[in-house]
Amino acid sequence: MDVLLLSRLQFAMTTFVHFIFVPLTLGLSLLVAYMEFKFVRSGDETYRRMAKFWGKLFLINFALGAVTGIALEFQFGTNWSRYSAYVGDIFGSLLAIEATLAFFLESTFLGVWIFGWKKLSPKMHNAAIWLVALAANLSAFWIIMANGWMQNPVGYVFGEGRAELGSFMALISNEFAWHQFIHVLSASYVLSGFFVLGISAYHIAKGSNVDFFKKSFRIAAPFTLIFAIVVVVQGHSHGATVAKYQPEKLAAMESHWETRTQAPQYLLVIPDPSNQRNRLELFPIPGGLSLLAYHDFNAAVKGLNDFPRDDHPPVMTTFLSFRTMVGLGFLFPILAAWVWFRRKVPEDSPGLLKILPWIIPLPYVAIQLGWIVAEMGRQPWIVYGMMRTSEAVSPGITTAQVAGSLAGFMAIYGLLVALCVFLLSKYGRKGPEPAVQE
Amino acid sequence: MLETTWFLLWGILWAVYFALDGYDLGLGMNMPFLAQGETDKRVIYNAAGPFWDGNQVWLITAGGVTFAAFPATYAVLFSSLYTPLLLLLFALIFRGVSYEFRRKVDSDSWRKFWDGCNVLGSFLPALLFGVAFANIFMGIPLNAQQINEGNLLTLLNPYGLAGGVLFVVMFSMHGSLWLAVKSSGELEKRATSLARKMWVAVLVMVVVFLGLSLLYTSLFDNYLNNPALFIVLLLPVTGLVLTRKYLDNGEQWKAWASSAAGIIGVTLFGVIGLFPKLLPSTIDPAYSMTIANSASSTLTLQIMLGVALTFVPLVIAYQAWVHIRFGHKITQEDLEYEEAY
Repeated sequence: MDVLLLSRLQFAMTTFVHFIFVPLTLGLSLLVAYMEFKFVRSGDETYRRMAKFWGKLFLINFALGAVTGIALEFQFGTNWSRYSAYVGDIFGSLLAIEATLAFFLESTFLGVWIFGWKKLSPKMHNAAIWLVALAANLSAFWIIMANGWMQNPVGYVFGEGRAELGSFMALISNEFAWHQFIHVLSASYVLSGFFVLGISAYHIAKGSNVDFFKKSFRIAAPFTLIFAIVVVVQGHSHGATVAKYQPEKLAAMESHWETRTQAPQYLLVIPDPSNQRNRLELFPIPGGLSLLAYHDFNAAVKGLNDFPRDDHPPVMTTFLSFRTMVGLGFLFPILAAWVWFRRKVPEDSPGLLKILPWIIPLPYVAIQLGWIVAEMGRQPWIVYGMMRTSEAVSPGITTAQVAGSLAGFMAIYGLLVALCVFLLSKYGRKGPEPAVQE
Repeated sequence: MLETTWFLLWGILWAVYFALDGYDLGLGMNMPFLAQGETDKRVIYNAAGPFWDGNQVWLITAGGVTFAAFPATYAVLFSSLYTPLLLLLFALIFRGVSYEFRRKVDSDSWRKFWDGCNVLGSFLPALLFGVAFANIFMGIPLNAQQINEGNLLTLLNPYGLAGGVLFVVMFSMHGSLWLAVKSSGELEKRATSLARKMWVAVLVMVVVFLGLSLLYTSLFDNYLNNPALFIVLLLPVTGLVLTRKYLDNGEQWKAWASSAAGIIGVTLFGVIGLFPKLLPSTIDPAYSMTIANSASSTLTLQIMLGVALTFVPLVIAYQAWVHIRFGHKITQEDLEYEEAY
């Protein structure tokens, strides 16, 4: 094991864990803000209890998302110092802007929201959580502009031994990054939606706090359906931007080896990366891949064998992650449509109520797989076409140091994930505080 | 000029971080000495309650600005300080989570575990920040490739350790002063009395640290070359004197604000002495990281300056509002509040 491999493992592990916590905060903050808004408007105490109950689950996640986020920022410097020095001019400024513009707002007003239920007027208090939700999503924007730049570097010029900012406008109007942003955001909303639906279904089926959870269910239903459709439809155009900007990644996602026009989309493929071909290709849709990637049956889709071997991403991982993600992605709108049809009378669909709690983990799986496609599929590059991952690692650190920190992260993050699951299920099962007369 | 502005902003961001999160860290460190029972502990947690999270973002911003404005320094500094930084990070993770998790399970051993995390997770960062910044002021053995030839033990030299102790006592005093603002009764008295004791310790450590700075660093060169700069020293000195005065008069808010000014002053004293270096090399001054060899491009610095000058004052304004809005003394009603820590 060398410093490079250990640093990659460490970054991968800490990013995965960070992104267990983050997506729920993106969507749930909006739902909680909306619930409190309904309370402010209608005066119906149930909505206030809803904001508090779902808010508590949001806060458990938020705390973990925040502390694990610092670990990522620090690692660019500690483990990837060559990368940091080479691209800090561009990448670093996006992170700094994120902190200044978004994260300050989110963290400060979250404190106001937690402690302000009795100290602020209902409208002011609701404004605090709207600010938190806005800032959380704004934060995602800046972070994904930074990641999007690693996927599709734009707006830079080569300076003395480093990349320098050429155009800030180009940086924040990066087509690839915007696709990523919408994709990640809508996927996070789907995850948050199924989270609320799953816990609500659990309680409705049990007959506890039925009115409370039916209201929650009804709020989450359209939200989930809309974004489940957006993920699929926009996910397709995101795939097309991958074809346009990162053809090797697309070829790896599809395990597509030979360049051809009218490339078919095989429904069943078993890749054989060591022999640079597929062991099995079944059920072709003629021209399907050409159509999906370039919106043209006759378009040529470049195969992996026409790219230098050194530039191939890990095919098996990228391919399997992509297929599984897409499979799950198609499941969500179907389920969400079922939910939406039954949104007013969910108690009449015991089957649906039984399934939904078990669905909660699936969007988490899909979203992590999506990041595997994005990040593993970009290898061997850390900045696509510009800098290789192997060139990015810090020169001055030792195997022992990184092995030590990796072991520390694994122990601590293992504990954090276990605690998060434990607390979410404890408080999710427990249900809201009983209504009090004030 | 742009580089110099950013150098100053860089120093100010770290200074403000220390002045704000410093009291949170102080609250945690002081807990074993001040809390007699569960109610006192809860007052201490809730004294940091609405603020600590926003305060911590100053660290993320200071780190982010180092990355954005001086990427080469960020790269060398963070990889050189690998082990202490990761220890710091682990400590801050446990500290942060302790606030949110402590009251989530009703069990004494659960609470004890998170109390331990909060105390250690506050003490260690205070110590490590002090050690790190003293070593930055003094320089580390960077070779021609700008790789650190030292290790963790190199950092634990007398000057580094003095910096660590200085930060620990400064933050402990700062935390006690904030607790005096937020608490009442016996706890308030104990907090005030600890602040008084710590004030003496801070005074001693400031003198020791300045003396050692003369011995170990070249921080005074800038001041000797340009004596007008000695005005900067007025900030920590006045801060410290006023802290004592307000403490004696029972003006808790002002005592805390003076202590914040003192912390900012101590940090800026070092930062200004450091200029134009960001991380000196003790092997050869030519191997140092400076604003000249690590600043970002003019365009990046300009855009970032626009962002900083627009949004940092806004952040200061809304965080000040939060401190005033939630700066009252914690009452029994506050502790019974469902969402309280």
